[in-house]
Amino acid sequence: MKTVEEIKASIEAAVPGAGVEIVQNPGPAAQHSLLLTAEKAVEVAQFLRDDAELALDFLSNVTGVDWLDKEITEKVKVTRTVAKTVDGVEQQVEETVEEPRKRVEPGRLEVVYHLYSMSKKHGPVILRMRTGNRTDRVELPSMTPIWRAAEFQEREIFDLFGVVFDGHPDLRRILMWDEFKDHPMRRDYVEPDDYDYEPTPHDEVLAKAKAHQEKLAGTAQAAEGDAAR
Amino acid sequence: MAVDEQLKIEMGKQGVFVTTLQELYNWGRRSSIWPMQFGLACCAIEMIATTMARYDLARFGAEVFRPSPRQADMMIISGTVTKKMAPQVVRLYNQMAEPRYVIAMGACAISGGPFKQGYNVLKGIDRYIPVDVHIPGCPPRPEALLEAFMALQKKIDAQPLTGEGRPRHLDAEAPGEFPVPEQGAHDLEPAANKSVWTVPVVIR
Repeated sequence: MKTVEEIKASIEAAVPGAGVEIVQNPGPAAQHSLLLTAEKAVEVAQFLRDDAELALDFLSNVTGVDWLDKEITEKVKVTRTVAKTVDGVEQQVEETVEEPRKRVEPGRLEVVYHLYSMSKKHGPVILRMRTGNRTDRVELPSMTPIWRAAEFQEREIFDLFGVVFDGHPDLRRILMWDEFKDHPMRRDYVEPDDYDYEPTPHDEVLAKAKAHQEKLAGTAQAAEGDAAR
Repeated sequence: MAVDEQLKIEMGKQGVFVTTLQELYNWGRRSSIWPMQFGLACCAIEMIATTMARYDLARFGAEVFRPSPRQADMMIISGTVTKKMAPQVVRLYNQMAEPRYVIAMGACAISGGPFKQGYNVLKGIDRYIPVDVHIPGCPPRPEALLEAFMALQKKIDAQPLTGEGRPRHLDAEAPGEFPVPEQGAHDLEPAANKSVWTVPVVIR
C-alpha cells in the first residue's frame, strides 16, 4: 500500500487545493493520519473510494475526540536593555532572558475515520476532520453519501459529542432520547447528581456521594434558616 | 384459618383431603405464573437457558412466555435498564393485569451494576416499580433464577386473601398505575418514584 505521504501526493494531484495535512503518530504503531479540510473533505473521500489503486471501499470505524482549550506555557527568548554595573561603571547592557509565556490553544472537536480496502486487502487509512471550535462552529461534512456505513456512527458522534454533520440523511440522536440536551462524551459534561444512594462508595464515587450529602445538608440548613425567620 | 398439620396428615391417611380456600387459591396461583417474554440484555440469555430442557422452568408451571403484558403475571427484568428504556419498562408493567409480580434479575436490574456510574443507566428498576425478588449476579446462573422463582412462589403461598398483605388484585386501595418517568433535558424526571422507593438507610 502507498504510504501516507504518497496518498497525500496523489490526493493533491487529483483534488486541487485539497489542503491535506499529515498528523504524525509518534507511537510505535506509527499510524499517521490525514487531516482534511471541511470544504474539500467530500471530494477527497470520493477520490479515496473511487481511485483504482487505493479503492478504499470499506469504512470500518468512525469516532470522535474532544479537545478542550489547552493552556500552553512556553519559554520565549527576550532581549532587553538593563542597567548593570560592569567593572565598577554603570552601563546599559543588552541581555537575553528566557521568559515564560502563556497562550491558549482553542479547543475543538475531531472526527476520525478508519478506512480499509476490501478489494485490495489493505488499510487502514485514517482520516481526521476538525471543527472550528466546541460551541457554535461544530459543522463538518457528512461521509454518509460516500460510505453508507458512516450513517449510524455519525449519528452517535452527533449524539455524544455534538458534531453536526452537513449532508447526513437522517441526523437524529441514536443512543439518548430526543429531548436530551447534553453531549455525554464531551470532557466538560456534567452528569446528573443522583448520588443519593451509594452503599459501597470508593474513590471518585465516594467524593461525589460526599459532595451530594453536603449539598443536601446545605439545602436543609437553608430551609431551617428560612423557617426560623 | 389454618388446619392442624397433624390432623391433615391423619385424615389424608383415611382418604380425606382437607385444605383451606386460601391454600387452594394460592396453590393455583403460584403453580401457573406466566412470565412476560421480555429481555433487556445478556441476563435474558440466562433466562432463556432457564426455560430450556436442562433447567426447565416448566417444572414450576412458568413455561408459557407471553408476548403481551396483558396475558402475563410476572415480569423478569433481565438485564441493564437504560434511562431510554426505563419509561417503556414502567409502561409495560402498567399494562399487566393484577396480580403481577416482578423479578429483578442481575446486578444491572437491581442497582445499575457495572454501569451504575454511567450517565445512561438507571440505578435499579426498583426506583420506579415494586420489585418482589432481587437476584444478584452478573449474570445470575439459571439456578439462581429458579431459586428466585421459588422464593416468589413462597411469597405468593404466604399471601392471605384478606386483611394486611393480601394480593393487590384483592385490595381496591392498591395503586394500579405507576407514573411513567419523563425523559428530560438532562435525566429522567423524576429520578425515582417516591411512593415505591425511598433512599435506603445504610448502616456501616
